[in-house]
Amino acid sequence: MSKLSLTTAKIHQDFPMYSSEHRGHFVYLDSASSSQTPRPVLDAVNAYYETYRANVHRGMYQASETATKEYEAVRRMVADFIFAKEDEIIFTRGTTESLNIVANGFVERLEAGDEIVLTVMEHHANLVPWQQVAKKTGCILRFIPLRTDYTIDIDAARRLIGPKTKILAVTLASNVLGTIVPAAELAKLAHAHSAVVVVDAAQAIGHIPVDVRKLDCDFLAFSGHKMYGPTGTGVLYGKKSMLQTLDPLLFGGDMIREVSFENATWNDVPWKFEAGTPNIGGVIGLGAAVRYVQKIGVQGIAAHEAQLTAYALQKLTEIPSVTIIGPNVTKERIGVVSFDVAGMHPHDLATILDADGVCVRGGHHCAMPLLRSLGHMNGTTRLSLSIINDEKDIEALAAGILKAKKIFRI
Amino acid sequence: MNTDLDMYRENILDHYREPHNVGSLTDAAVHHKELNPSCGDTVEIFIKFDGDRVSEVSFIGQGCAISQAAASLLTDHIKGMSTAELTALTQQDIFDLLGFPVGMTRLRCALLGLKTVQVGLQKI
Repeated sequence: MSKLSLTTAKIHQDFPMYSSEHRGHFVYLDSASSSQTPRPVLDAVNAYYETYRANVHRGMYQASETATKEYEAVRRMVADFIFAKEDEIIFTRGTTESLNIVANGFVERLEAGDEIVLTVMEHHANLVPWQQVAKKTGCILRFIPLRTDYTIDIDAARRLIGPKTKILAVTLASNVLGTIVPAAELAKLAHAHSAVVVVDAAQAIGHIPVDVRKLDCDFLAFSGHKMYGPTGTGVLYGKKSMLQTLDPLLFGGDMIREVSFENATWNDVPWKFEAGTPNIGGVIGLGAAVRYVQKIGVQGIAAHEAQLTAYALQKLTEIPSVTIIGPNVTKERIGVVSFDVAGMHPHDLATILDADGVCVRGGHHCAMPLLRSLGHMNGTTRLSLSIINDEKDIEALAAGILKAKKIFRI
Repeated sequence: MNTDLDMYRENILDHYREPHNVGSLTDAAVHHKELNPSCGDTVEIFIKFDGDRVSEVSFIGQGCAISQAAASLLTDHIKGMSTAELTALTQQDIFDLLGFPVGMTRLRCALLGLKTVQVGLQKI
């Protein structure tokens, strides 16, 4: 294949997982589940715990002031990263919590007969919260279907999004199929009916450019741990006007302005959504992850992963009895590739690949209705790419599949 | 931690390709189905008793080699057992039937058949 955009040998020096006992036989193709962590992120987290460990927004002493300054600086970094304003960034535990804040906030504002439009490929995190909203309010869930090439059926979307649509909640990129959703186009359709637009960017962030102005979404959610940040960190972006009227999900310390025995008023946006002591070290690590991604450059990352995706599609398609579940093209898709090996369950394949140090995910990928509707009752095997991968990883995967087929006599 | 591929030995793959005791039973005293939500493995079990002892057993299943081979081996193993003996079956018994211990990542696959039998038994 042609020379990759990024030099992985150099990038591997940033990741301690490549200098440990795994070196040489660690083929990590599961970044969509959770990415590896580079040294600058670990260093930032350690610096907090080792040199200025204190709570934020509270202490009248130097360490707390430093902690507050560093924590709030990340808000600015994240805002710049997705082209938002600082007070539109809320720190959460992850995409799931971010989406739950939004869904919960709309329970009181929806009524029976209102419609929430999703796509058929939502992760459970952007499906189950809306199911609960529908149960509580009597509103109806509608699902935008896929065309046979696994892309969004935009004509169907035009028919589905209408005057009854109150919320459009869609993924930006599928964690199963790799399909990129034309979220900006869908947002335009939804806004024409004054619906609120929510985007789940968990799989897109750090892999392709994410710009909330271009998307013109009202809310956008993502996790830190899928973009080289610590686990337990996430972001909810919301337009200021939306956040001001949205009710918080969690109540307690730091999110209040004034409290009496009977009553309380809320702190300003964004702090009214950050009840209790936040994941300070994690957020500081998230800031380092944003800096790390920016240093490498999202455009370069996207180009690198697109090259490898093309190579993976080619290598997999060459193997008899392997079927790609998703767009078999490199345009409008991310480096998440699901596939099926006829006659072999994804868990068996994943186990056999693991024997050679090849890490993939097998199963339903938290999108059970999608896999069932596509007829893949056993789920799929999925590889997912990041900046740490190169062509050798794809070749190791292909060799592993051939080995598994031999064991299963396929 | 990389896996030992011992679990894909020939007798396991034989049980996977051609499982024993496949089918349904009418008027089964125990009839229960369990699903492994992470991977979609299913086992539906049917048991008939003669007195307190298993006289007939069958299953219908779908899923990975480990879940289906373990269910096949289990149905062979429990013929003639009393309800008390069924209740007393443990994870170790499944490991013994398979011929190897199963790690955390595949434990639910290996134990799906046993769970189906024991949950089904509680319903009667």
